[in-house]
Amino acid sequence: MAQLDSKIPEGDLKDKWTNYKEHQHLVNPANKRKIDIIVVGTGLAGASAAASFAEMGFKVKAFCYQDSPRRAHSIAAQGGINAAKNYPNDGDSVYRLFYDTIKGGDYRAREANVYRLAEVSNSIIDQCVAQGVPFAREYGGLLANRSFGGALVSRTFYARGQTGQQLLLGAYSALSRQIGLKNVEMHTRCEMMDLVMIDGRCRGIVTRDLLTGEVKSHFAHCVVLATGGYGNVYFLSTNAMGSNGSAAMKAYRKGAYFANPCMVQIHPTCIPQHGDFQSKLTLMSESLRNDGRIWVPKKKEDAEKLRKGLIKASQIKDEDRYFYLEERYPAFGNLVPRDVASRNAKERCDAGFGVNSTGNAVFLDFKYAIERLGKDVVEQRYGNLFQMYQKITDTDPYKEPMMIYPAIHYTMGGLWVDYELSTTVPGLFAAGECNFSDHGANRLGASALMQGLADGYFVLPYTVQEYLADQFNVPRINPAENEAFQKAEADVKAYINKLMSIKGKESVDSFHKRLGNIMWNNVGMARTKQSLETAIEEIQKLRQEFWQNVRIPGEANELNNELEKANRVADFLELGELIARDALHRNESCGGHFREESQDNGEAKRDDANFMYVGAWEYKGENQAPELHKEDLNYQFIKVQTRNYKTGK
Amino acid sequence: MSENKSLKLTLKVWRQKNRQAKGEFKIYDVENISTEASFLEMMDILNEQLVNDPEKYPEGPVSFDHDCREGICGMCSLFINGRAHGPDDAITTCQLHMRKFNDGDTITIEPWRSGGFPVIKDLMVDRTAYDKIMQAGGFVSVSTGGVPDANAIPISKVDADEAMDAAACIGCGACAATCKNGSAMLFVSAKVSQLALLPQGKVEAARRAKAMVAKMDELGFGNCTNTGACELECPKQVSISHIARLNREFLKANIQD
Repeated sequence: MAQLDSKIPEGDLKDKWTNYKEHQHLVNPANKRKIDIIVVGTGLAGASAAASFAEMGFKVKAFCYQDSPRRAHSIAAQGGINAAKNYPNDGDSVYRLFYDTIKGGDYRAREANVYRLAEVSNSIIDQCVAQGVPFAREYGGLLANRSFGGALVSRTFYARGQTGQQLLLGAYSALSRQIGLKNVEMHTRCEMMDLVMIDGRCRGIVTRDLLTGEVKSHFAHCVVLATGGYGNVYFLSTNAMGSNGSAAMKAYRKGAYFANPCMVQIHPTCIPQHGDFQSKLTLMSESLRNDGRIWVPKKKEDAEKLRKGLIKASQIKDEDRYFYLEERYPAFGNLVPRDVASRNAKERCDAGFGVNSTGNAVFLDFKYAIERLGKDVVEQRYGNLFQMYQKITDTDPYKEPMMIYPAIHYTMGGLWVDYELSTTVPGLFAAGECNFSDHGANRLGASALMQGLADGYFVLPYTVQEYLADQFNVPRINPAENEAFQKAEADVKAYINKLMSIKGKESVDSFHKRLGNIMWNNVGMARTKQSLETAIEEIQKLRQEFWQNVRIPGEANELNNELEKANRVADFLELGELIARDALHRNESCGGHFREESQDNGEAKRDDANFMYVGAWEYKGENQAPELHKEDLNYQFIKVQTRNYKTGK
Repeated sequence: MSENKSLKLTLKVWRQKNRQAKGEFKIYDVENISTEASFLEMMDILNEQLVNDPEKYPEGPVSFDHDCREGICGMCSLFINGRAHGPDDAITTCQLHMRKFNDGDTITIEPWRSGGFPVIKDLMVDRTAYDKIMQAGGFVSVSTGGVPDANAIPISKVDADEAMDAAACIGCGACAATCKNGSAMLFVSAKVSQLALLPQGKVEAARRAKAMVAKMDELGFGNCTNTGACELECPKQVSISHIARLNREFLKANIQD
């Protein structure tokens, strides 16, 4: 078994990153021009990394599948971004942000990485303000903050309900500047199909141009994957339709370990599903839980009447409402972490208290906030979210409470990376949601934006340089004259050909939906040994069927949306099994991973004695069982405890 | 909540094999469309139908751009019954729901019609012109690191809010597509205005206005004649008062020279 060396620097937690930066190797400015870096994905992590590399003097090639880097799904993040500025003077600090993140992640993240994340968080806010990101401000002209789930301080910076959009447009503007200066060569509508390995190092990628179908390869001295998460394995999620796990899976097949794939976050406040034709689920920002109160009826007969449409929520008296989060978790109330809020909603609905026609919804009520603050203040804070809700559901949330239900939202798991964000493949880095590193078993709200930008602006620019310090002597390779590149291209063409020649009867979407059903029913919010074994078996069967019966109309050498989807679904069909395998082996409940066998009065029960490690899976070949490697988590600086959101101490 | 009904519809869809090919409308019938479905879910259902019967539909599924399906990425487009983003205000096509239509309706679906956005295939258009305008000057020239503390420069809430109003632009292209002159002024003004309102962006405001306007002209977008159509169809309701600010910034920049 290969040793997983996380390369954590020596020294006190507070000094590790400073020590690293002070002693790392650098590349001299003249040599930076001789070095190419490929960045795949242009969301927060990818765009910020590509822009920063180019500013430093490296030559960058960036790739995205959308028609513009501005469209990456980071743009959809609503609520905010955390930082330890302590502007509100409410007791925040770098240590507290670090501690909350580790605790929120249920003690399954690496201490040193998370501390560094908290440490650079303040620089992110400075950087974004300098770019012209219009964060919310107070009348005095200084930045405003709000509170978010899993924290007792107000450390979240926001730009209305469009924080992700504004941060991404900030990174996109920095990237655009570098494209204009010709330091970045931007490839849009282009999908990565494989990595190219030369002498054990990653030296480039093979891509398919989504407009022409052209398969082409590109050389670089190192490659950064910032390709986001894999929530779309479940078909229905809050992810964009094109979000996929293919780049990560291609890397996995080339030797990059896949860590904690079962750690999937189910977000508690999404608009409930309404039909079989549904294509995606829409998130309502967690910030709504600041002022909205979550409840279901106390009486089952009220719930039944609601489901049949006989009464409205507003007709149920206060004393007949069960504010279950406030009662069960008095210290955090409606602001418990996402995994806890989601499981409690499921528990109430399973017990027969669901409030919409499908029985899978709970209320998020603003009546009390409107009484307390007035409609104007509520509108100022959440107006755009209310408008969005009304457009989708045709219901006015100022009058009737919102209905919400949990949905797949974020994947904490991802490619295993060390402290330098390097995968187990030399020369291949992973950043943002694509890696596993900072959120453990559960991510706190407003931390994804923080991590994406931390990786891209403030971590990779250092750590990539450490790797590249001895690489300036490696001459650029012309893929057309290189055997490894030619073989990789030929392999990709053969793979596409294999997909195109199936010529079956069932559409790609149909397979994707069937996979999603298996995943949601067996590898969703509550998992058992039996459900996971069922999932593995059914996914294997479905995968076989896919390769015999999928129908992809059109040709490979033209714009072909069905072929694009088929390539992604083929990878999801493997990734789904990997998630189930990881969930099966992890016989404990932690964060977003809940095994019914491991609970204590309905609360998740961690098993630190046996599972306090990162589970990293190594690919062993087609239809072979992957091999598990463990990276033990040694908490040296904090005391590991059972998460407690019930009492204030 | 409105009642869930089922619709039978006739779709008149623009089909065009590629940039060079001549396009045409094709007529498709769809049934059992729930009023709770989104417009793009209706398109998914149509495409499933087209994929499943290649003999009847040799042209294959309809290509259209879409991604986030929650009105923020700016990838979706479409003229629906002659209106950019369809028959509702302040939304993108992906936020349009079928309850806006009636049983038996014929719906005409076209790509953006604008010289600045050539058709790629069917309903997909090429909007890289917008990226090029951004690359010409839609940024504050700061590099990563070495910036002052975020609270070092107070910004009045009024200015910050107005900058945010402009920054809400999603770059979908509805403004230029709907403009009879094919003008991209609302898009350009949104960025120029956002950054001119903030002290961080003010430093190079003149340079930015000139560079972005020059690029816009070079790429063949038309001039603004203040018809206000762009504001009306903008899914984020970006106001044409930003065009006034762009004009001011542009004039100021040229007087300074």
